Amino acid sequence: MAETQTQALWWASEFFWRKMAIWVTAGSFVVLIFLTFDTVKQITAGGKRVPAYSVINHRVDYVFDEARNFQVPVIGAEEPLFGKKLTEEEAEALVSKGKLTTQAKNCMGCHTLLGNGSYYAPDLTKSWLDRSWGSKEVREQSMVDFLMDPTDKLHNSIGRRMPNLGITEEEARATVAFLKWMSAIDTNGFPTNFQPIDQADAAPEVAAEAAPAVEVAADAGAVAAPAQQ
Amino acid sequence: MAALGVLDSANLNGGQKLAVKYFTVSVALFGAQVLFGLLAGLQYLNPEFLFGILDFSVNRMVHVNAMVVWLLFGFIGSVYWLLEDESGVPVVGLGFGNLIFWIFTLAVVVVVLVYLLVQVGPGEKSSIWLINEGREYIEAPRWADIGIVVCVLGFFFNVAATFMKGKITGIGGVLLFDLVALAGIYLAGMWFTPNISMDQHWWWWVIHLWVEATWEVLVGCLMAYGLIKTMGVRRKIVETWLYIEVALMFGSGILGLGHHYFWIGTPEYWFTIGGFFSALEPIPLVAMVVHALFDAGHHKLKSNNNPALAWIIGQAFGNFFGAGVWGFMHTLPQINLYTHGTQWTASHGHLAFFGAYVTMVIAFFYIAVQKWRGNVWMSGNLVGAWKWKWAMFLLWAGMITMTMALLIAGYEQSQIERAIGGSDWMAYFAAQSHRWFTQAMFWRQVGGWMFALGFVLLVWDLMTIGKRETRSTYVIEPETAKAVA
Repeated sequence: MAETQTQALWWASEFFWRKMAIWVTAGSFVVLIFLTFDTVKQITAGGKRVPAYSVINHRVDYVFDEARNFQVPVIGAEEPLFGKKLTEEEAEALVSKGKLTTQAKNCMGCHTLLGNGSYYAPDLTKSWLDRSWGSKEVREQSMVDFLMDPTDKLHNSIGRRMPNLGITEEEARATVAFLKWMSAIDTNGFPTNFQPIDQADAAPEVAAEAAPAVEVAADAGAVAAPAQQ
Repeated sequence: MAALGVLDSANLNGGQKLAVKYFTVSVALFGAQVLFGLLAGLQYLNPEFLFGILDFSVNRMVHVNAMVVWLLFGFIGSVYWLLEDESGVPVVGLGFGNLIFWIFTLAVVVVVLVYLLVQVGPGEKSSIWLINEGREYIEAPRWADIGIVVCVLGFFFNVAATFMKGKITGIGGVLLFDLVALAGIYLAGMWFTPNISMDQHWWWWVIHLWVEATWEVLVGCLMAYGLIKTMGVRRKIVETWLYIEVALMFGSGILGLGHHYFWIGTPEYWFTIGGFFSALEPIPLVAMVVHALFDAGHHKLKSNNNPALAWIIGQAFGNFFGAGVWGFMHTLPQINLYTHGTQWTASHGHLAFFGAYVTMVIAFFYIAVQKWRGNVWMSGNLVGAWKWKWAMFLLWAGMITMTMALLIAGYEQSQIERAIGGSDWMAYFAAQSHRWFTQAMFWRQVGGWMFALGFVLLVWDLMTIGKRETRSTYVIEPETAKAVA
């Protein structure tokens, strides 16, 4: 009796759910394909969300946008990396070399990039804008020096250090180019609540209002990465 | 036929002989995963431990890669295990399948040795071709990527040709369809681009669509077969549930991909699509719990293989909590902004991979070992049953301890680093040095040791269970429609 009833319920039948499985899968996949075409177009370098590689010739900042209600990258005045203005092709080659270096050295084995990777070391999405580099004037060279020989440089209060990965000067400079370029990607406000390094040209303004972060960090006795001079 | 209780390959069919080879390598790599996880965990407690010799990045890479590969070996083994049963004919091209197994295993050994001995290379294309690709989960160098695709295609040939020659059951049909997707999607992760947004966009196709779609469907097939084998559940019921699970799994999981597209440069519409569909992802997992528990209850938990059934039930819950609840807790963009890239993810990752996949592969180990010993008794009053019970308890307790500790660390990071701090490096280290974080890391390590102990016991049990058993298992009568009514 019960069995006959089960047979009669179309919505509980094997036939119905097999069809359903096929149609739902196919439907979702078709929607995904359409969205993928649009997304790939929007994240191709040179667009609004992911900048052209030559963005490394400019100042990059990270500013709160009222309309979108989160921080967005702002491309500013010309400020070539290492003081040398590059063509689009040269910039792409340099960033590409940097990206290759981050892969060959397995940066993601400790760090996150765009929030993805491992959680043993800080996120690199906005590392170009991190206040730990001290000042805008020494930042580029500090980054190169640190990448080439990090082990004995000042890191933090908890004893975690970056190992020496045998990064050459050429690779270090390329990596810095990649990091600068990455900081210009529109990541929908990730990381949130971020206080970028002061990049003003004129007499340095009063340091950005002390964020709670500073107090917390001071309390914990943490000294963030390589503020060496 | 060999004596009862003796490991003898004469007890196995062709596909199953190959399956136990895959299972053996699988267990060895499981051990590697646990070992390197312990080392990486210790480095959180003492950063000088093995510094400059086996750095955290190396240990962590081996930890996650060993996991991907041992689960893959476990899945492939499980499919070879059920292949002849399901299709009703011997595996087509078994010799080729064996060859593929040896090539695959050799390649894995070479990759791991290079990871450990060479570790990193210069910033050249040759490094990502020969050493490692530096992309989480799919660090395997490009030559190995190609090898993996070739091996998976060879495996697919075995499976497809065998089902074509024999009969294609519901489980077989879903499996075939799923394996095509599994091999195809891997190709999305096999090219270099300087554009990290583009890179991560396609990388998620591999990671998400494997782990949250095709792997889930694969374990759905394995669960279906497991329930038929251990309890004699009626095929019609199992296969109808399997279709329901596929519909819900792909219906939520394919577009649920969008929850990885919040912060990597991809457009804002993914907030809505990713948030909505990923919020639906727990639903198929609820269906699996209902399905497994209903069947188990209906059969009054009477099974011919208690350890396997226990792990299958554990899978239903582990999958639901680990992948479903733990995933849902931080999948909405409003919350994910604060949790993305913190130990939250690690908490979810640990419980989800264990709950959804490890459990099911272990269930298959037990199904295999039973037949390998000549269908020995593995129901109630099993000789030496304490071993499988304690192994299961320690593995679960260890995993839950790790998950909870990592969750607390994740909460603390979300609060101190993201909400209060400025998400910069100073805020990061403020959170890492906070007592709540360091205590959590200590307890995670305690959980790790418990888990390791459970693993040792599991291996011991798999090698000995049923050895001194003199009873044969009972034959499960396939349930008829009448019996249900």
